[in-house]
Amino acid sequence: MNDFRSQVESQRPYLLRYASLQLRDRQAAEDAVQDALVAALAGEAGFAGRSNLRTWLTGILKHKIIDTIRRAAREATLLLPEPDTAEFDALFDASGHWAAMPADWGDPHATLGQKQFFAALEECLGRLPKKTSDAFMLREHLGLDTGEICKELGVTPTHCWVLLYRARMALRECLETNWFRK
Amino acid sequence: MMLTCKEVSRLASQGLDRRLGFGERIALRVHLAICDGCTNFSRQMQFLRKAVAGIGDSPES
Repeated sequence: MNDFRSQVESQRPYLLRYASLQLRDRQAAEDAVQDALVAALAGEAGFAGRSNLRTWLTGILKHKIIDTIRRAAREATLLLPEPDTAEFDALFDASGHWAAMPADWGDPHATLGQKQFFAALEECLGRLPKKTSDAFMLREHLGLDTGEICKELGVTPTHCWVLLYRARMALRECLETNWFRK
Repeated sequence: MMLTCKEVSRLASQGLDRRLGFGERIALRVHLAICDGCTNFSRQMQFLRKAVAGIGDSPES
């Protein structure tokens, strides 16, 4: 590691604290700092002993933070178009709140220690439509990522997320009725 | 940027399948902080993941 590189690297903890404070999100902060450090190392000439290193780096980081926030704003608007999940409308009231609030399922350990629970779970899984249940088991039992599942089932990523969402909504409803409220 | 419970349920599910964007994570967190129903829902989703991963590991009792 050359001298400039190690000096830049030594500022990472400071920059991370700075970015975390602005973005209030650890992952986003780490990404912004990483981008800033890469840009700084590529632009060493721009520094050329001017001002102090921390100030220079912070200036670069600020631009990266602004980019992050801009991207987040764009994403927030992309979030709006809803895929077709009208089948679950009955679970929500007109303002989009739960008609019946999901319950607290208590201690997961205690539940998972009971054989009868797994019988109830399999019963609920059995009620899912085939494709929904395939997608869900590929994901949750076999641990494939959605990209692989899409290929497997010949569906788009969005459709894949909807299938998984459907499976989870139906399963939680089924378990809540047939196990947790019993 | 305020989400409804319906939107939150969809996002909480997608959060198990892809890395949510920064804006999505923030919106989700803001909603969960004030909504018990969605907090329960999102715990239920974690629980489902554990339960389904553990099918076939037959518990002792």
